[in-house]
Amino acid sequence: MSNKSVFFNPFSKNNPVVVQILGICSVLAVTAKLEPALVMGLSVIAVLAFSNVIISLIRNTIPTNIRIIVQLVVVAGLVVIVSQLLEAFAYDVSKQLSVFIGLIITNCILMGRLEAFAMANRPWASFLDGLGNGIGYTIILVIVGFFRELLGSGTLFGFQIVPQCVYEMGYVNNGLMILPPMALIVVACIIWVHRSFNKDLQEK
Amino acid sequence: MSALRNYLNRIKPQFEQGGKLHAFHSVFDGMETFLYTPRTTSAPSGAVHIHDSIDSKRTMIIVVCALMPCFFFGMYNTGYQHMLALGQTSASFWSLLLYGFLTVLPRVVTAYIVGLGIEFTFAQIKKEEIQEGFLVTGILVPMICPPEIPLWMLAVAVAFSVIFVKEVFGGTGYNVLNVALVTRAFLFFAYPAQMSGDKVYVASGTPFGMGEHLPDGFAGATPLGQIATQSGPVLDIVGVNGAPVDTWQAFLGLIPGSFGETSTLCILIGAAILLAFGIASWRIIVSVVAGGLLMGWIANMCATPLYPASFLTSLDQLLFGGFAFAAVFMATDPVTAARTNTGKYIYGFLIGVIAVIIRTYNNGYPEGAMLAVLLMNCFAPLIDYCVVQANMRRRTARLTVKN
Repeated sequence: MSNKSVFFNPFSKNNPVVVQILGICSVLAVTAKLEPALVMGLSVIAVLAFSNVIISLIRNTIPTNIRIIVQLVVVAGLVVIVSQLLEAFAYDVSKQLSVFIGLIITNCILMGRLEAFAMANRPWASFLDGLGNGIGYTIILVIVGFFRELLGSGTLFGFQIVPQCVYEMGYVNNGLMILPPMALIVVACIIWVHRSFNKDLQEK
Repeated sequence: MSALRNYLNRIKPQFEQGGKLHAFHSVFDGMETFLYTPRTTSAPSGAVHIHDSIDSKRTMIIVVCALMPCFFFGMYNTGYQHMLALGQTSASFWSLLLYGFLTVLPRVVTAYIVGLGIEFTFAQIKKEEIQEGFLVTGILVPMICPPEIPLWMLAVAVAFSVIFVKEVFGGTGYNVLNVALVTRAFLFFAYPAQMSGDKVYVASGTPFGMGEHLPDGFAGATPLGQIATQSGPVLDIVGVNGAPVDTWQAFLGLIPGSFGETSTLCILIGAAILLAFGIASWRIIVSVVAGGLLMGWIANMCATPLYPASFLTSLDQLLFGGFAFAAVFMATDPVTAARTNTGKYIYGFLIGVIAVIIRTYNNGYPEGAMLAVLLMNCFAPLIDYCVVQANMRRRTARLTVKN
């Protein structure tokens, strides 16, 4: 596989969220507003890209029996760094994301990429793979966060988008959009649209 | 009648393959089979030998007829509660009925247009004939909502539930959850301010100049809504005019509530129609009532001021709120209920028990019938599976003993 397809495949054809259905838990948890969704996406990109590189560098020295533990240690170290950086430079957002930055460790996408790709490929390709998958994840997060914040709160990045006169005409924000179940429905709609454009992905 | 038949026969060729209105063939087919018994009875393969004039269109129409007593009473009660809140007791029967009719008509029309529009569109895309499931849903939805639910909210909720609960699972007959109840649940969670509180359950509008705007200070909470804010042991339930509500009024349905569910009397008439035509399962209705009575009795035995609804007698638990309506019209939905006879008893009983548990022990939700039915809808296939497996085990055991 060329480096180009390693990087671009996870955007759509092999998207970790809507094709592999991984990392759904964090999609439900952090997408009620667009800003935390974006920050979460960037954090996952950083952790995924660098853990992929580190694991790829030491892949030939990791004893097979304890490879999962080694992978976890690397991811945990990176997550702590990201979490500390967020608390230092974006305190409000890190409060909103609360435990979910820490829970990046348990994100299935990370373990999946480390096991499936970084353990068997060279560092540069692994870096691109981590970057691509992280961006693929972030794209979905941002789309879900966009619809949930717009329909659930009438805002985007905290700025009022739905004008006041619409509220005066009787419009009410959809409270269900703020609740996690609606994130599943929005993800389902994305999958629906995605598969109707990519007929080869449709299950028989 | 033959004029209509002749007219349909005359325009039919335009809708057939090659006709200029072929794009609307599913609409034509839907209307034709709605008005007249279809010419074809079953699949042309000859694999089945069913000779019966009942089909799902006629089943649905009987359910709609069974809903009519509740619907007409809902119209009357909407007008009655409105005039009572205004303090005008002299309004005539017909003006109350007309007020309720004009209030609910836009809701019914909206529900049907949105729901049927989506059904027709999906039938056209999938090249199937139009399913008739929405006939009942369209009338049920306005009946389980507050009388003045905003039309656009109703439209959004109906569209959501028809698409995500019915069509994505394959259309009528394949839905796991009750479509009408999901519509209500969507409204309840998405727009809580329009679905609860002491303002929304009494109509306050002036359709076509009828009625008057209600004063700002008026409070018309439903009986269950009032109970949730009290601490017992004597519950103080009042009508919108401040006079206490007795059990007889609750039975007749002269209390504020969702449009069609207040009158237990009319629900009983509807239940009689459904049972007489063999549409609904008496097993489910009886076991829902039994479950509600038992759990209501247990809650009443252990009544505590922490949970004010536990001071209700188990009979009142059946009369107030949507319990009776859910038992007769929601739990018996043949698509989403359990199919096996034993399963029906378990399914119904658990609905009754859970409905009373939710409304008693969760002060956030004064009414639990909707959530109980939806929860048990999810478990109905599991109940059926267990019943069938148990039956197979029993028969296997009998066989091995004989050998």
